[in-house]
This record gives sequence, C-alpha cells and structure tokens, in this order.
Amino acid sequence: MGSPDGPAGAAGLPARPGSPRSLADCTAFELRRLYAVGEASPSEAVRAVLDRIESLDKELHAYLHVDREAALREAARWDRAAGRDGAPPLAGIPVALKDNICTRGWPTTAGSRILAGFRPPYDATVTVRLREAGAVLLGKTNCDEFAFGSSTENSGFGPTRNPWDPMRVPGGSSGGSAAAVAAGEATLALGSDTGGSIREPGAFCGVVALKPTYGRVSRYGLIAFASSLDQIGPFARDVRDAALLLSAVAGRDPADSTSSAEPTPTYTDLLTGDVRGLRIGVVKEFFGEGIEPGVADSVRAAAGVLEGLGAVCGEVSLPHAVYALPAYYIIAPAEASSNLARYAGVHYGHRTAHADDLYTLYARTRREGFGAEVKRRIMLGTFALSSGYYDAYYLRAQQVREVIRREFTAALERFDLLLGPVAPTPAFLLGEKMEDPMQMYLSDIYTIPVNLAGVPGISVPCGFVRGLPVGLQLIGRAFGEAAVLNAAFAYEQATPHHTARPPLVARGGMSGRAASAGGPRSAGQSPAPGDSPA
Amino acid sequence: MTYETVIGLEVHVQLATASKMFCGCAVEFGAAPNTRTCPVCLGLPGSLPVLNRRAVELGLRTAVVLGCRIQPESRFHRKNYYYPDLPKNYQISQYQYSGHPPLATSGTLEIGAGETSRRIGIRRVHLEEDTGKLLHAEGRSLIDYNRSGTPLMEVVTDPDLGSPEEARLLLTQLRATLQYAGVTTGRMEEGTLRCDANLSLRAAGGPDGIRTEVKNMNSLRSVERALRFEEARQREQLSRGIPVVQETRHWDEQRGVTFSSREKEEAQDYRYFPEPDLVPLLVDDAWVEQVRAGLPELPEAKRRRYAEAFALPEHEARLLTATRAMAEFFEETMRGFNQPKIVANWLVGDVAAYLNSAGQEIEEARITPASLAEMLRLLDRGTLSGRLAKEVLEEMLRTGRGAAEIVKDRGLVQISDEAALAEMVDGVIAEHPGPVQDVRAGKDKAVAFLVGQVMKRSRGRANPEVVNRLLRNRLNAR
Repeated sequence: MGSPDGPAGAAGLPARPGSPRSLADCTAFELRRLYAVGEASPSEAVRAVLDRIESLDKELHAYLHVDREAALREAARWDRAAGRDGAPPLAGIPVALKDNICTRGWPTTAGSRILAGFRPPYDATVTVRLREAGAVLLGKTNCDEFAFGSSTENSGFGPTRNPWDPMRVPGGSSGGSAAAVAAGEATLALGSDTGGSIREPGAFCGVVALKPTYGRVSRYGLIAFASSLDQIGPFARDVRDAALLLSAVAGRDPADSTSSAEPTPTYTDLLTGDVRGLRIGVVKEFFGEGIEPGVADSVRAAAGVLEGLGAVCGEVSLPHAVYALPAYYIIAPAEASSNLARYAGVHYGHRTAHADDLYTLYARTRREGFGAEVKRRIMLGTFALSSGYYDAYYLRAQQVREVIRREFTAALERFDLLLGPVAPTPAFLLGEKMEDPMQMYLSDIYTIPVNLAGVPGISVPCGFVRGLPVGLQLIGRAFGEAAVLNAAFAYEQATPHHTARPPLVARGGMSGRAASAGGPRSAGQSPAPGDSPA
Repeated sequence: MTYETVIGLEVHVQLATASKMFCGCAVEFGAAPNTRTCPVCLGLPGSLPVLNRRAVELGLRTAVVLGCRIQPESRFHRKNYYYPDLPKNYQISQYQYSGHPPLATSGTLEIGAGETSRRIGIRRVHLEEDTGKLLHAEGRSLIDYNRSGTPLMEVVTDPDLGSPEEARLLLTQLRATLQYAGVTTGRMEEGTLRCDANLSLRAAGGPDGIRTEVKNMNSLRSVERALRFEEARQREQLSRGIPVVQETRHWDEQRGVTFSSREKEEAQDYRYFPEPDLVPLLVDDAWVEQVRAGLPELPEAKRRRYAEAFALPEHEARLLTATRAMAEFFEETMRGFNQPKIVANWLVGDVAAYLNSAGQEIEEARITPASLAEMLRLLDRGTLSGRLAKEVLEEMLRTGRGAAEIVKDRGLVQISDEAALAEMVDGVIAEHPGPVQDVRAGKDKAVAFLVGQVMKRSRGRANPEVVNRLLRNRLNAR
C-alpha cells in the first residue's frame, strides 16, 4: 500500500490545494473551482482523464468504449464557458456511463455479445440531461451482462479489475463505473442498481455510490433488467460530487411513466453536515451469519462516528429482510425473462448465421448471444411466470416484497435513516464465486431489500479490511435522498477514508499531469501480466 | 338431435386516435413502411411506453355507451410470445384475472327492434397495442412496424348469440354504436374493425359443447357466412358421432369454408404478468362524467330527433340513423337541398336499394351528398322528371359522375317546349284512333295511355304536365 508518488495511502489525508496532483484525481467541485480561477481548463482535465484511461485501462478494463476525439471536442467547447457564472453545473466535467445506458451513435451493449455493435439511434434521458448540464461524456463502462451479476465477471467482453487489487473483482454489475471513478478514469459516472449494482461495486472500489428512490431518476434509455427495481444513480469520489451528479439527472420524465413528480431539490445545497438529533437505526439482521468480522467492525465504528457527531443510534430489526433474496430471485428474473425477449435476432443486435426457419433463428441467436448467467435467469424467470406456477412464485414473491416494503416504512418512521454494511465482505478474488451462483447472489444480501422497498441507499467508504475498502450503507425514506446524502457528508467530513486512492493510481497517478504538461510518461505503471490471474 | 347454437364474439377495434398507444408516432394508414416508428414502437433497448390518454378516453366512451362497469383502477399486462411482427416479443394488453380486471366489464348492447329486440351481454372492454405487419415477397420476409403500437380495443361479448344472423346483427349494432361515439372508423375491409367468433353447439338442455374459434372474416357478411358454415359443419360432425375439436379455424372467403389452422391452443403459455413499465390506470368519477358529457349524439337520440323534427316515418328515421355515415350523408345532403322528406325518400329508397345490390356501405358509395343534392335540385326545378332522376341517380351511383354532367351528356333535359311537344302529341293522336275515341267518349283513363305514348316517343324527356294539357286541349277533354 502507498507509494512515494501518491498523495495518499490507505489511510491517506486530503491533498493540499495546489499539490502536484493529476487533474484526473480531482473531484468535480475541485475542477469547477480550477476552471473558475483559470488554473485548469476542461480540455486539460479531460485530457488528463483520457491519459489515465490510456495508461491504466488495459489492465483495469473499466471501459468498453472510449471516444477520445468526441470527448476532447466536447471539452474544448466548454473551455471558455466552464467556471463562469451561468455555466451549467457539470460544464467540462468528465463523466462515464454504464454501458446499459443508451448513447446516440455510441455502442451500447449492456455488456452483452448479443448487442455487440448495436448503436442506439437515441439518447437515454439521463444522457440528454448530462449533455444539457455540460458534462463531457468519455465513454461506456463495463458491466455484468444486462447487469446480471455482482462482480462484472459476467460481462460478455471480459471482466473489470479492482483498482485496489487487480486480482480482485470491482463488484458489479456497475463494476466498470466504480473502478473508473476509483482509478481517476472518470471524475463521475452513472451506474444502475437493481439489487445492489451501484452500492456493492461502490463499496468494493472505495467510492461514493448512491441508489436513488425508485422513480427518482428516469429509466428511459436504460436497458431494462428488472423494470420494477432498476434505478440509475451516481458514482463519485466524495458525497458532494455524488449530490451534484444526482441533481443533474434526477426528476420527472414524461417518457418514463414510473418516474416521480416529487420535486427535485438541488442536493448540493442541502449538505449541512449537521446530524445532531438524527435518529439512525442500525439494522440487526445486517450483521448476521456470513459477514466478515472486519466489515462488521468498520460499519459499527462508522455508527459510532455518527453518534459522535450528535446522531442517535439504536437497533432496529427487519425480520423479513431475510426473505428479500429469494423474493428478488423470482421477481427480477421474471421481469428480465420478458425484458430480454426482444433480443432475438430479428431487427437489431446479433443474428445467428445458421438458421433456415424462425424457431432456429430465435434459438440459435439467443444461444450464441447470451452468456451463462443470462440464460440461467431467463430460465428461472420463465419458469416463475409459467401458468400453474405464477401464484406460487411470482405472486407470492410480490406479497413478500410488500411485507418488506411495509417493514422498511415502519422502521423509517421510528428512525430517520437505517444503517448497515453494503456487502458482507470486501472485494473477492476474480473467479472465486463464478462456479457458485448462490455465493455470488449472497454478496447482495444487504442491498437487495432496499431495492424491494424502493427506498434510497448510499455506499460511503468507511475503512479498510486487509487493504480493501469497506462500504457503509445508509438507507433513507422514499425521496429522502437529501437526508441520506447529508448524513453521508457528515460522516465523510469526519473521516479520511474517501481521500484514499488505490495503489495502482498512486503508482500511475503522475501520468495525467505529466502528459498534459507534455512530459514523457512513466513506464511500468501496470503490474506485469504475471500479476493477474488468467 | 336438436342443437342450440352458442356464439360469442371478440371484436378488435382500432381506436381513432392521432397517435399510437404508447408513443407519439402518427397512426396512419398507407404510409411508406417503417416511417411511422420510434424507439418505443420498435421495441429498442431502453425504450419505455407511455399510455395515450386519448385512447383511454375512447375506451371509456365505449364503456359508457355499452353501460359497462368501469374499473376505478385497472392494469396493463404483458402477453409474452415470440413473433417477428411483435418487436418486444410481448404485447402490452389488459388481461383479466382475479384482482386485475380490465378497463370495463359487464355491459350490454341491444340488438333488433321492438318485440324481437334482445340484450346481449358485453363481458369486457380492454385496451392493447397492435403488432407490426409481415410482408412476404420474393422468398423473403419483411416487416413494417408502422402499425406496431397502434391503439386497439377489444370488446368481448358473452356467448349470448343464438345464430349467425344474431352475430351479424350484434356486430352491425356494435359497429354503428362505436362509430357514433367517434371511437373508431370501424372499417372491416381496412382492418380497423376485426372480428373473431367462438361457436359451439349444445344439445337442448345439455352441457356446453366444444367450441371452435373462427378467424379471418373481412366483412359483416362474411361473419354471417362463416358462422353459418361452421354451424353446419359442427352439426354434421356431431350427427355422425364425431366430436368437435377445440381449435382455431380460418374462414376462406373464396371457397366459402372454414379450415383448421392446426394451432394447438393449449400449447401457448403467455406468461402474463403486470407490466412494470406502466403505472396503474386510475379512472375517477369526474373523468367518466367528463367523457359522458363529451359524447356525440347517439343513434337512439338521433332517431327520435329525425322522427320529430323532420316528421319522418319511424322506419325511415331508423334506417337513416343505422350508421353514423348514413346519418352524416343525410344531414350533409340537406345542406344542399333542404327538404328532409324528399332527401330521406331517395336515401332509404333508390340509394339504399342500389348499395344493397352492389354490396356497398354508404361510405364506400361513389355518390357524394353534394351531388345527390344537385340531382334533387334539378328534379325540383323540373329540369328532370321523376323517371329521368332515377336513371341519372343510377348512373351517379355507378360512375361517381355529377348529376348536371350526366344530364348534359345524355341530353336528358326535360322537353317543355310546347311547339316541339305539340308535334309529338299530334303524331300520337294520329296513330291511336281507338284511345282517342275513348277519351272523346269521356273515358279519362285513356288520357294516361296517350301521355305514356308521348313520353315513350320523347324517350322520357317530355314534361308530362305540358303533354297532358296539350292532349286535353286537342281532344276537348275536361
């Protein structure tokens, strides 16, 4: 851990302003300040980030597509306006998008070979909002195929590696977005969370990651996994940045009937850091069997920090949360089996070269295009919806979901926020759980109930176990993102964890500044191939 | 053994909206393929449906005019099956199962008139989206998604219909009602109204028989014909002791038979589940009242108004209001010729007779209200005799040409010139001494014969009044 080049180790301290730190490691707020005072331009920042991608991404594989030319062109457009009064909030800020978010003209595959080469003719609503907010879009980040997974190993285009330890997974399914933000390959990123796919990789990669309330952010243009659970949310290196990105994309969208008309505050304005009197419920069931002791300790210590800041912590029980996983593995695959029916080789995406009749066209296209986990979930979901089984599975799972929703509502009447770990362990090794889907599914055991309840949850870095980041999960009331973000902000202000940068970045961290200054790039930033598992 | 026929209809109606069910694309018949499409109706990854409010309103209008129970909350479901004309490989529809009723249920529609009228139960009214269209050409299959996502409404009757004739009556009445309500154009030949029928035979007093579903009927008449065939086919099978197979059968209009489509009904499992991309459809009383208040004049009200305001006989008022198109034709004609009784006479008389024999509906007729009014004005002015008018009308209906044009081309203008007519009258008197004698002897009937002879000589163009006067003057008759 640590490096002579880097400003921070595992327990690093915030960099001093003006330190020779790469623009790629600056937060969006830092960049905005640098733009405002004329110490950096969007072109310089974007170039630094692109250079970081160039130097690190061969190893990390956070991206499936980077459009260097488009990013530089867009950055140049903001060089004069960024930082001035009236500039949009993300003017000149480099942002990455998970590859299940549609981008007009850019490849959008959702990590699936069945969509290899597919370029949507339209932008997702969040893509439009980012463009309007002045963001410079860098490219598309890797993810588990159709967001089915917790490690990004199910990507049809190879896994992403964890910047803290390239032998380990970055989490998933939004592993590419989490790794990119952690490694300075993007200042901000969007991911999607159906059962933990933002929060778990956020925890594994040591970044701030928020799953908003269902309906807070438009799903229009998000390639659907499970429509009643999917939600887009931000990745950032601190809470303020996450609030900034959320403010840019949240709000009612007439193109998404399930998006909410609930007013959207400017979340960054509501970060007071004051948690005095805040009632926080520590979820008893989230510290049960299977949790790594170091994780539990870090999370309990975080509760202690919040208490120290004036919050009032108490224990809360969610006895039905244990049924969340089985209910989720009925509902999500059921919806997915229907959502993925359209990938059949007829009017876009992969089509088998060997079909003489319609049935063979469908069967072979799907056999060739989908990976094992996708097939597994389509079969699960198809079975659960079959006539004769519907009542026993889908309907029953919906009833369980309702019970869990009510349980959360009740708990969130007693408490302002709920607190627990994001995942039972830190990042696991690549390949460790690939042969055992059940073990893989269990990494989302603390995040899935939150999706079923539809409420917001955030992952904030809260320490390290064996040199690997641990995430603290704070859960709020429906549309209570401001409260969640504020508590996370208070915690972050009191602790140094979010300032720690992965060793990989520390080693390669000078490259951005060096490149933008025209200097030679340092060699040997990436571990030798022998460091990585095959 | 005697059997009772049991028929239920499933009627698909294309709603008369400007845009599609779940996106803003235009609903347009005959546009170039795939030009009325967007990510939503193409089922592109990431696209989401948004329910068309107007389509719901038209569904509610239907529910109101059929006296249905309207659900305060209804849901959409996904019907999952694979077919290339279905871009998402599921159809968004409203499916009925416990706890999730469709938009409206339990209505009725009256068929027939007076003592023979019957109320037929309407089981449900629900909304759904249409599919695209497959085109097969040169050994290849092409898809046009223009129709994909077009708003459809399905109206399902109870199996209350006892004969193919009743089925046709119900369909005619339903179509007229929906056309009046502005819900649909209801053109079977364009596919904006489609009808599938379930038919079974039940031994008198016995249990329900096995039903077949008959599809592919493209006109009111073919619905009746197909069901008549199917009724006879099932009766024949049963009489020979062969059980009826539950299956889907297609009507072949040319050969006049139904044939098995060899689809196994039970093999399909549509895996219905609530559409998570749409929120529940909430309909409150205020909305229903607003829809009720906005309803156009319906056939019953219009019939009463015609009978009273225009002093038309009951049966004429009924015929004129049988379809919205006929009523509109009537009212439009009166704008050019404001004598309701005369317009009504011609419409329910000669015009209806011609359409009937030609198998046309009024909206398919080649005559326009303006040209009918023109013809009636020529008649009224005496330019045309009654007999010529009939001839001219027939040609108008056949060719679509205007009345004045036909009259001019064929030289059909009535001859009222006394000098010209006197010549003809004198000729007739010379040729028919017998009848002339009779007239002089006071037999008035013979005058009519002689007038007829002059008309014949003039090929119908002579003004009968002038001829009559001239004849009487010459023969000193009274």
